[in-house]
Formats: sequence, C-alpha cells, structure tokens
Amino acid sequence: MSELRLMKGNEVVAEAAIRCGCDAYFGYPITPQSEVMETLMELRPWETTGMVALQAESEIASINMVYGAASAGKRAMTSSSSPGVSLMAEGLSYLAGAELPCLVVNVSRGGPGLGTIQPSQADYFMATKGGGHGDFHLIVLAPSSVQEMHDFVFLAFDLAFKYRNPAMILADGVIGQMMEKVELHSPRPRCTDEELQKAVGSWAVTGKRHRSRNIITSVELDPAIHEKFNQKLQAKYAEIQEKEVRYEELLCDDAEYLIAAYGISARIGQKAVELLRAEGVKAGLFRPITLYPFPSKPMAARAGQLKGILCVELSAGQMIEDVRLAVGNCLPTAHFGRNGGIIHSPNEVVAALKKLKANCE
Amino acid sequence: MKEEIIIAGFGGQGVLSMGKILAYSGIMQNQEVTWMPSYGPEMRGGTANVTVILSDDRISSPIVHEFDTAIILNQQSLDKFEAAVKRGGLLLYDPNGITAPPARADVRVCRVAAAEEAAKMGNAKVFNMIVLGAFLKVKPVVKLENVVKGLQKSLPERVHSLIPMNEQAILRGMEIVEG
Repeated sequence: MSELRLMKGNEVVAEAAIRCGCDAYFGYPITPQSEVMETLMELRPWETTGMVALQAESEIASINMVYGAASAGKRAMTSSSSPGVSLMAEGLSYLAGAELPCLVVNVSRGGPGLGTIQPSQADYFMATKGGGHGDFHLIVLAPSSVQEMHDFVFLAFDLAFKYRNPAMILADGVIGQMMEKVELHSPRPRCTDEELQKAVGSWAVTGKRHRSRNIITSVELDPAIHEKFNQKLQAKYAEIQEKEVRYEELLCDDAEYLIAAYGISARIGQKAVELLRAEGVKAGLFRPITLYPFPSKPMAARAGQLKGILCVELSAGQMIEDVRLAVGNCLPTAHFGRNGGIIHSPNEVVAALKKLKANCE
Repeated sequence: MKEEIIIAGFGGQGVLSMGKILAYSGIMQNQEVTWMPSYGPEMRGGTANVTVILSDDRISSPIVHEFDTAIILNQQSLDKFEAAVKRGGLLLYDPNGITAPPARADVRVCRVAAAEEAAKMGNAKVFNMIVLGAFLKVKPVVKLENVVKGLQKSLPERVHSLIPMNEQAILRGMEIVEG
C-alpha cells in the first residue's frame, strides 16, 4: 500500500523515519535541514507509533541521546547540517567504538566554519575518512533524489543493525530542500519488547532478567585486548566493503569518459552527459551510492575502456582521492566543482569535461 | 514532453506555492516533477524564485540555468532571468511595477495583469492562481482537472472550500492573458 506525494527531501526523512519503525529522533535545528524536525513535530508520531521526537539543547546532546537510545537496542537517529555534524564528532566515535547502530543524516552546507546555508558537498572527508578520532568508519549513503532520501532511511537502519555500526545519510542542501515525487513505503511497526529482546538481546541493555550482563562501553585500557577489538572492527569494515558496495552507472557501456559524481552533482552530471552525448562525446555517469564503502572495484573495472574521468563535486576535490585510489595512475583524472554554496551548471560540467578531453587526446 | 520553468517574484507573492501546485498537477498527470526553491533569507522578504521541471521521463538536473518558460512577477526578477529564457521560449510577466519591460525579440513575451485583476476580484491572495491560469493558457502542460486535483493534494483540508475560488482565478487568468 504505497502512496505518492510531492515532498521535500527533509520532510521525507521524517516521514520515512516514522514509517520504518524508528523509536527515537533527537535533533537541534540548523538550515538547510530544519524541516526534518519540523515535520516530525507536525506529524506527532508519539501519538501514533510511540516514537519519541525531541529537540535537544544542542547537537552534542542530540548525539549522546542517540547513544543512550541505541545502547538499549532502539532505532535512534539524529539529523543536522555540516557545522552541527562537526559537533557530533566525539559522539560518533563513541558510537562506533561501542559498536552501536544509529542513523545520522547530514544535509550538508558550505564550510568551513559557520560557512553558508547554501548547498555543498565538502563534508565527504568528514563522512568517509574522519568524523571523529580513532580507526573507524561510518556506513555512508549518498541519496541523489527525494525518493532515495526516503529509501535510504530504511536501508541505513537495516545496515546499521546488521553490522552494529553507525550509518550516515550524506545529503546536501539541494536534496534536502527540493521537492520531488516520492512513493512512500507502507509503514513497518516499531519492534515490540519481545522482538527487541530477540533481535538485540545478545548485546543491548534491554533489562538483564535471565542472561548475563551486557555492557555498552568504548573504553578498554588493556592494549592487547584493545588491539584485538580494533582488529575485529577492521574485519567488520572489510566485510562491509565486500558485501555492501552500491553504485549506479548510466550510459557507461560504450563510454570513453566518465563523470564520477554523487548526490546533487550526479544529477547535474547526468544532464551534462545528456548534453555531451548530443554532441557525440561518449560520456557516461558513474554514481557512487555508498561513499563508504566506496565502489572501487566496479570503477576500476571500467578503467580499461576509458580515456579519462572527471570527478564532479561541490567541493575543492575530496572524492577524487578515492577515485584515484580506485583507478591508479594509469588514467587521467580531473576534478571540477564550485564551492562555498555556489552550484555548478550542467554547461560548466560539459566545459570541464571537454577540457579534460582536450588534454587526453 | 519536458518543460523547465522558473517562477520569480517577491517573497509573499505566492511564488513557491504556485510552483508547488504546478508540480502537484504534474504528478496528477503522471509526470516526473522537481521543485527547487531559492531558500534562506530571501524567503523572508526580498526576491524568491523556484524552478519547476515537468517531464514524461526521469529528470536529470533539478538545477538548470536556461528555461523554456520564465514567469516573472517583479522588475528585479526580470533583470535577473530575461536573458535565461531559451530562444523560442516563453516569458510571461505581470506589468505591475515593471519599469523596463522585456526587450527580447527571440522569445514569446506574454503579459497578465494579475495584480490588477486580483484587486478587481477583491482577493489579493488569488494573484498567483491568475498567473498560473495565464501560463496554462499559453502552454497547456497540465490539464485543468489535474490542477484542481493538485490543489486538493497540496492544500490542507480545512481550506478545501477555497478551491472553487482558486479555480475561478485560474480561468480568469486564461481569459486575460495577452500576447
């Protein structure tokens, strides 16, 4: 029983959270993602599914409330935009260190610092490489449509619980603010206490009763034990890299040039591919859907047929590092991207690809 | 069919809601749609604009810099978007407050005195629906019946009693558009 609606990316995150059986949302307002909490407050899920939606006193409080709810095995989430996510860095590291599932949505804006409220994709490094201290990774999904904003809330929670690892939806101001047609999934009820016990009773603090104690912590002062724990984490990330890579290819079969782009830049890149094809340039679009794990293998598999790759991001060039790690030095690669809140036009992307092409031929 | 439209005017003129109703009408007609607003401080006074794309196929970029149609509701927006209309495209404007009318000879220029008409109808709020009617007369990209369905979907139920008045305003816009 699906339902068609015209919704903003931010609004649909709230709708999808309720529909996927989320137990708790904690957040703090910031442009351009404030509609997530605004929509939750309008929908009042505490009266229907029993989901908690709470405005915390800060982003730091939000992420630590998520830590608390996730410790109890609950489906907990927060959302923010770039400067707010910086504030959550400590909490994210603790969640990863305690192997807790949760969802963090970053509707990113221009930085560094307080930056601008306009769209940006300059948080790629923060999302995929850092986001806090220690050797850890978030599972990072990059929606490029309002439909994917909806679908990835479900997917992110599923992956987070499957691997007991925080998941992030890395969107941008355009995906958050624009409206598109979206097909809403039929609602999935929240877990009952019995279901919760069965699903997460082995690790979560659900009430001890007839089992040994579960302890949620990220501290381990014995280096030998802690090294083993780190190795276990790395084995988990290796499994995620093996099994959870997601990407989309458009017009790649005969492509000589690839535009590699995610999120809103993938949509602009797709338009650039249409314009280039009309001029007879064999261009294709490679869109990573998981930014971590990055689709290195499928991208490398394309390298043999290509003359060059243009990486398009609303940044000074961040994802291009993973593109270069994927294809090595055998292929010319170039970055193109506006930043600081300016959005590149399809024509600018076309011009950048032609420049790369001229250098390759 | 694919129509890339910019609607631009002052905050408070109903630019964003007109775009939303148009986009919902597209959904009612089984089209793919995107609605991309300018957001931020300009929504609180100053200029506001929204890009609406209606298409039979999957839409690539929701951000475009050239338009099939520009619907212009103040001088600042005319200055900004007149040059962005594709050759052979449509520039529809309300002459109210326009001091330097559009000069492009390679696009179709149409006028709708919607502010004046809304005042005559005694309801300034139907201004944007008069403009929408004018646009749909020149470019019938969605059927009127689907616009009414779009209104039903996009307006909260407590104001559904106002839909006939909005429909009337759309019809009036269809009558008075010139050029």
